[in-house]
Amino acid sequence: MSHYISITESERAEMLKAIGVADVADLFVDVPADLRFPTLDLPAALAEGEMARELRRLSSKNSDVLNYSCFLGAGAYNHFIPAAVDSLLRRSEFYTAYTPYQPEISQGTLQAIFEYQSLMCGLLQMDAANASHYDGATAMAEGAIMAINATRNRRKIVVAPSVHPQYRGVLRSYTQGLDVTITGDENPAASVADAAALVDNETAVFIVQSPDFLGVLHDLKPVAEQIHAAGALLLMVTNPIALGLFQTPGMVGADIAVMEGQPLGIPLSFGGPYVGVFSCTEKLLRRMAGRLVGVTTDLNGQLGYVLTLQTREQHIRREKATSNICTNQGLMALAATIYTSLMGKTGLRKVAELCYQRAHYAAKAIGQLDGYEVLEQGPFFHEFVVRCPRSVAEITQALHAQGIIGGYDVSKDYPHLDNAMLICVTEQNTKNDIDHLVAVLGG
Amino acid sequence: MHTYEPPIFELSSPGKIGAALPDAGVPETELPAHLLRDDDLAGLPEISETEVVRHFTRISQRNFCIDTGMYPLGSCTMKYNPKIHEEAARLPGFAFIHPLQAEETVQGALQLTYELQDILAEISGFDQVCLQPAAGAQGEFAGILVFRAYHLDRGDDQRDEVLCPNSAHGTNPATAAMVGFKVVEIATDSRGNVDLADLRAKVGPRTAGLMLTNPNTLGLFDENVHEVAKIVHEAGGLMYGDGANFNAILGIVKPGDVGFDFMHYNLHKTFTTPHGGGGPGCGAVGCKEFLADYLPGPIVALKDGQYTRHTPAKSIGRLKAFKGNFGMFVRAYTYIRMLGAAGLRSVSEHAVLNANYLRVNLDKIYPVAYDRTCMHEVVLQGKIKGAPSVHTLDIAKRLIDFGFHPPTVYFPISVAESIMIEPTETESKRNLDAFIDAMKQIALEAVENPELLHAAPTTAPVRRLDEATAARRPILKYDQAAIAALLSK
Amino acid sequence: MSNVPSDLLYTKEHEWVRIDGNTATVGISHFAQSQLGDVVFVELPDVGKTFEIGESFGTVESVKAVSEIYAPLSGSVAEINNAVIDAPELVNDDPYGDGWLAKFEFTSEPSGLLSAAEYEQFIKEEADK
Repeated sequence: MSHYISITESERAEMLKAIGVADVADLFVDVPADLRFPTLDLPAALAEGEMARELRRLSSKNSDVLNYSCFLGAGAYNHFIPAAVDSLLRRSEFYTAYTPYQPEISQGTLQAIFEYQSLMCGLLQMDAANASHYDGATAMAEGAIMAINATRNRRKIVVAPSVHPQYRGVLRSYTQGLDVTITGDENPAASVADAAALVDNETAVFIVQSPDFLGVLHDLKPVAEQIHAAGALLLMVTNPIALGLFQTPGMVGADIAVMEGQPLGIPLSFGGPYVGVFSCTEKLLRRMAGRLVGVTTDLNGQLGYVLTLQTREQHIRREKATSNICTNQGLMALAATIYTSLMGKTGLRKVAELCYQRAHYAAKAIGQLDGYEVLEQGPFFHEFVVRCPRSVAEITQALHAQGIIGGYDVSKDYPHLDNAMLICVTEQNTKNDIDHLVAVLGG
Repeated sequence: MHTYEPPIFELSSPGKIGAALPDAGVPETELPAHLLRDDDLAGLPEISETEVVRHFTRISQRNFCIDTGMYPLGSCTMKYNPKIHEEAARLPGFAFIHPLQAEETVQGALQLTYELQDILAEISGFDQVCLQPAAGAQGEFAGILVFRAYHLDRGDDQRDEVLCPNSAHGTNPATAAMVGFKVVEIATDSRGNVDLADLRAKVGPRTAGLMLTNPNTLGLFDENVHEVAKIVHEAGGLMYGDGANFNAILGIVKPGDVGFDFMHYNLHKTFTTPHGGGGPGCGAVGCKEFLADYLPGPIVALKDGQYTRHTPAKSIGRLKAFKGNFGMFVRAYTYIRMLGAAGLRSVSEHAVLNANYLRVNLDKIYPVAYDRTCMHEVVLQGKIKGAPSVHTLDIAKRLIDFGFHPPTVYFPISVAESIMIEPTETESKRNLDAFIDAMKQIALEAVENPELLHAAPTTAPVRRLDEATAARRPILKYDQAAIAALLSK
Repeated sequence: MSNVPSDLLYTKEHEWVRIDGNTATVGISHFAQSQLGDVVFVELPDVGKTFEIGESFGTVESVKAVSEIYAPLSGSVAEINNAVIDAPELVNDDPYGDGWLAKFEFTSEPSGLLSAAEYEQFIKEEADK
């Protein structure tokens, strides 16, 4: 019996007697007899010390960004995480609690979600944000479906090719059973304006990303005007750290704004758990998926927090719900809340500046190397594309040998950009790290 | 403890910051003026680290959690979350690796993923597992998309209905609708099983599949599961297994053996990755060989001693960016490797033992919806003799005053005044007895002094909250004036 | 304790109807609002929209339930009660008065509606189920 079980042999006998059966096996008579108690061919059980050793063995086979200097981004970013974030996240009161369905004894979780919603609205300059989606990609897909439902008879989704390729993949997975068409990204080299030109009176939503997958910042104000003139909605995908400095969805007039919240205090963790930030205008509020927390008062008139507008959700509206989402990324939303609170307005702007300044320093230095060219694509935030003299795979391998995790090979998704590497620089990359990267690339 | 803590925005004063950041240390590049935000981040507060830590510590103390007490939420599986899991997921080689790194630099992480896929397949009797779905609902979505792809691939394009028992979780019908299917509800028979007559009447050439939770949401193992599968299969439909209650049958029976074609696992229920106040979870999926080609990707394979990723040939596509909630894989893997086969079976045996112990001790006072041996949870009804004014909600709220988290209430919706209790295997007999005593005491109070129940809870950080006002005039983000107006009423 | 005014007509979906010339005023009954609990949101159609008898023309929501409201007769929406959109509690407080929902110009003569006595009997049977 494992050390997580708190019942003794004699207690078990006593309990079985109370139930009126002789043996634990008798509790399973409803299971077909010939299939009952199959053999499970699993590795032998390990004691905690043995397990810890095995886990260290497995984890040490991976090259982590604490021991390597990382220039890889492409949707997941290596940012500084203050120690206070994880210290608070590890409070049992937060991580071993369930969804706050009983508000009287879940005020901690509820208040944290309310503060998360408020902070995300502040960051994005949007009216309302929900308690989270699985990640940025699913938030985008759910946003597109919401737009289809909100615009009634329009069944076309137009998406710019510079939106994260994996996000566009998820969008297609999510809508494959629905009667919609997706267009705009057939030509990977098309510009935002090219894609926007496809928006017509059949279009429900235009999806655009800034900074985009290749790092470029776009002025989306004129785009928004064009989209709204056609009666469609604008869904903007953005990056929370970039919002420390740059144009927000609210300024642009986006109807729906989503982002991957991982840069806000969440470790890379090989791709998850992250958090999908989802926001929209007041007008779309009741079509939003996911949980929402609102404020109210208790019997004594004290301020309190509750889950609200729940009739949108699957546990009440079943097949007519706005989405099937139930479990979300609550603890990761808490991490983003704590991170954003610690940074505040000064810190977030500072982190954005550090990323911008160091990325531009790196781009200039790499651009001066023989055989390397930084593609001129317009203003960028913390990622840029470098045309390399050899294949990206070869270069990445050489960099790894020198303690560097290189950038992303964009030719996989953008064939016209062959031998092109997307390099990301954050506040975690010091001037020395950058100089070392430049030296290895140049050598 | 329990003291009121203001919204964090009220702690803000100009000039404070809660983190230490370096100087850029590089020559400065000018910012593109026309692309800057225009509000100086006015919506964010300015607070010191000390204050932030104290704020979140204080609000945390207004939460009930597993580590403070028994949390018998039916269908949610609130069992103890082992501490080594938290250490494991935070090892630098797991927490600080990038999802797009070259495969040869993440062999350990891929190996763990591969082994977990294999282990889950073995426990459940399936041929292939994919860990990508982020939660149970996304696992369901994967399954129903796979069903759709499978039928269409065979040129079978008339199947536009998914069958769901009326006791199903709301996610089942919501999922079927998201994939574009019509939902057909199937009745429950007098023993709590799928009603075979109703199933036979509704199944047919339009049936894409049936979604069944087994053990079901009434806490019962469907005695006719074989027959149900046979009926659905004979009509050309597929069997989806909602694994929300898989924790009751580890080492007891393999879902793949009783007719299921596809299933999701809730790593955050069965394999005790923490619920985190609502998430994250992991809704890994497993299936029979004939559906494996349609699974979402990537999936990890072992080739020539190297772990590699691939996406199946006819895949429904990816369901999220990157690979899935890897941090949850590490925790579930650790759990299973430490328990082994015998340990897993013992988990289910004790979960079922504990639930039945509660059942036989409470069924005289609270009617049992279906009077049978239950599995890991028991569904009672909050109908106390001689207490007509008392409802399930009152009983639930009164339990808080006795130091317990309330069970799941008003679900399943097919049972009036339902109280769904899942003690889990990690509760001691001492706790179970204390819970039984509390439930008995509450039943007495319900008759003698029902006001105690109507007024409950009185010992929680707040009293009952006015949910109607919250929904009528929603305040969903911090707004000092709106909150002041609310409080002045 | 049933509250079923005798001058109104009713449906089995718990709407009440007041006929006045060619206009029918529609709301939900006292029984319906008490079953729903605190009404927190009312969704009503645009004026001018037409509905067939039995078609859903809006929803009334409480904190944890959603109830469709059905057109008791065929016709077009002449007026909606904007007051209940701003203050949904009117549906609880005064279901037959200030809590009315919509007015229809009906195109076919009303049929199949229940009298107050018939409705009272109907809800009695419902409650006994």
